[in-house]
Amino acid sequence: MIVRLLLFAVARDIVGCNSLEIELPGVPNIGAVRAELVRSHPRLAPLEKYLMFSVNARYAGDDQLVRADDEIACLPPASGG
Amino acid sequence: MVELTLEPIRPADVLTRVHSTSAGAEVLFVGTAREFTGGRRTALLHYECYEKMAIVRLQELEAEARQRWNLIGCEIVHRFGTLQPGEASVAIAVSSPHRQEAFQAAQWLIDTLKEVVPIWKQEQWSDGSSQWVHPGMPPT
Repeated sequence: MIVRLLLFAVARDIVGCNSLEIELPGVPNIGAVRAELVRSHPRLAPLEKYLMFSVNARYAGDDQLVRADDEIACLPPASGG
Repeated sequence: MVELTLEPIRPADVLTRVHSTSAGAEVLFVGTAREFTGGRRTALLHYECYEKMAIVRLQELEAEARQRWNLIGCEIVHRFGTLQPGEASVAIAVSSPHRQEAFQAAQWLIDTLKEVVPIWKQEQWSDGSSQWVHPGMPPT
């Protein structure tokens, strides 16, 4: 299954683009998305534990399953305000 | 009401929107782009947001604040794009019958916004370098 992942802030700068398509086997969860993102972009490894994810604009834990048409995003710690 | 905007924020206008004769207190918080951080000078501050999610989260913050406190008006406006030092990055205005609730709600709104709303700040230092601000994360 191919999922599209939106990237923001430092994650976008490190990867070098606004979004990525990631291919994952079976019915993947956010943990699998996270692992594949870091495997394919090792410079993200030191930041991995700080990265949050969302599915369809809601924060999502590693156990949450994802579908091909979900909007998934990788969110570094927020610094608004 | 919540709003994300590329245009300069006019805090007085945000405050006006919570005005009500039912209120006994109006509180306005304005966050501004600070020029000096740890001795370094900021030339510009750049704010980026995941707009779709940020709007939803801001709406949820307003709804939760209205549940927790007896608010009449509640307005949250956050700027994104590029700001000059001194410009307002966020304005939060609340009104309530009594001051304690307005103070508490405004403080909770800005504290929670900083933690949960997907908005990010990038310092563009006066020496030409730049740095994303990600609290708790080691520098890259």
